[in-house]
Amino acid sequence: MNRAAAKPGLLMDAQAIRRSLVRIAHEIIERNKGVQDLALIGIRTRGAVLAQRLAQEIAAIDQHEVEVGILDITLYRDDFSRVAPNPIVHETDIKFDITNKRLVLVDDVLFTGRTIRAALNALHDFGRSKCIQLAVLVDRGHRELPIRADFVGKNVPTQFSDRIRVQLEDTDEIECVKLELSGGAV
Amino acid sequence: MSAAIETLWTRKHLLGLEDLSADEINTILKTAASLKEVSLRPIKKVPALRGKTIVNLFFEPSTRTRTSFELAAKRLSADTINIASSSSSLTKGETIIDTVNNLEALKVDAFVVRHASAGVPNLIAQHARASVINAGDGAHEHPTQALLDLFTIQEHRKKIAGLKVSIIGDISHSRVARSNIWGLTKLGAEVTVCAPPTLLPVEIERMGVQVTHDANEAVENADVLMLLRIQHERQETQLIPGIREYRLRYGIDAQRLEKAKPDLLIMHPGPVNRGVELDSFAADGKSSVILDQVTNGVAVRMAVLYLVIGAPEGTPLEGAVV
Repeated sequence: MNRAAAKPGLLMDAQAIRRSLVRIAHEIIERNKGVQDLALIGIRTRGAVLAQRLAQEIAAIDQHEVEVGILDITLYRDDFSRVAPNPIVHETDIKFDITNKRLVLVDDVLFTGRTIRAALNALHDFGRSKCIQLAVLVDRGHRELPIRADFVGKNVPTQFSDRIRVQLEDTDEIECVKLELSGGAV
Repeated sequence: MSAAIETLWTRKHLLGLEDLSADEINTILKTAASLKEVSLRPIKKVPALRGKTIVNLFFEPSTRTRTSFELAAKRLSADTINIASSSSSLTKGETIIDTVNNLEALKVDAFVVRHASAGVPNLIAQHARASVINAGDGAHEHPTQALLDLFTIQEHRKKIAGLKVSIIGDISHSRVARSNIWGLTKLGAEVTVCAPPTLLPVEIERMGVQVTHDANEAVENADVLMLLRIQHERQETQLIPGIREYRLRYGIDAQRLEKAKPDLLIMHPGPVNRGVELDSFAADGKSSVILDQVTNGVAVRMAVLYLVIGAPEGTPLEGAVV
């Protein structure tokens, strides 16, 4: 089979993930000329973990705390009536006013873009931010909507049927990014 | 986060808490906790039920339950229609099933049903393709009221299991008491019911509750006190000798609360008969969580609507006794 895609197996280990986050933290500060009015919004579940880590990295570099919010996009999905049984709703936790903030939306994998579409709609209901940027650990292509990331940990060419599995210590006890084939073989 | 709470919801109707497992009740409470935040946003609306139509079918007067359901539906972006029996074709002799069939022909997704007779929501569930939610049927069940009570207790105490809950009032005529007894006992609370013998159903112990006729005893050991409304009609039907005597023997006033635990929660499904089952001192005091119950009602009903309307197809009679 002619694969123009990455080979299955380990794509990033713990160290590679950490390096990517440090680089993205620097890029976020550079792009926004500091951390004035900056806030991070992590998409549940793993985006929320990554947002917390980015906030720590940014604080280590710039000596300023940035606010972090957590967004659950379940109620904004466009596939509500087709997903069965219905997905579990988790709490959205944004304790600050996003009006006029520079927001960086954080997620683990960017794929079709539908999750980000839902997140943008959700954020719109919380107020009018100054701008929204997107940071992802992995961009695997196959967009179905006109959405792109501003900060990317790693670009990975994939087949549509492949699976990218991101595991983080906080949620999964181990820390790595893997590519798995649709058949489950690695 | 325990795996048990992640149990997926498959019921198309919510007819009572008797049918539900503890896991299913916890799924509703967990979903409600997530949805409560929506009502605190500047824009109190999420698109989860956009394009769905919910009919409030109230054959019995109700203000707070109907308003609460309507707000819950609107905050999920569903469209709502209110039908009160007094202004519908039912007054022209149409049967309930015909009314439901006609509404279904208009393509609705859920019925929220209140009726003075036990079993009407169940009957509708057997005939309807849409979801049916019981908003109170006779003296049978009022599941969303009990769920919001459970949610409120859990919010204040972080748990239900092991708590001592006393329900004082007209147990015989109370669907709220029945749903609460099912829900509380399933989640491991110890329930005591307290009323004059005339207002207690025979063999109520078989539901797994303790019985007392002494209000002081019911108050003393309780972590939670649930009061039920005493209707003035009960005096006319001679179930109680008088409102004043009821108040003296069962009413919650400052004196009776002296022996209560300091962190007691006082609850009431409303509307409160001040000076009968509950004095203003207690209804407005620091122990009262009555207005929290009202606030939480919207979150709990949002959770129920979200779960039943989102339930997978092919289980039309799940939860209904055929």
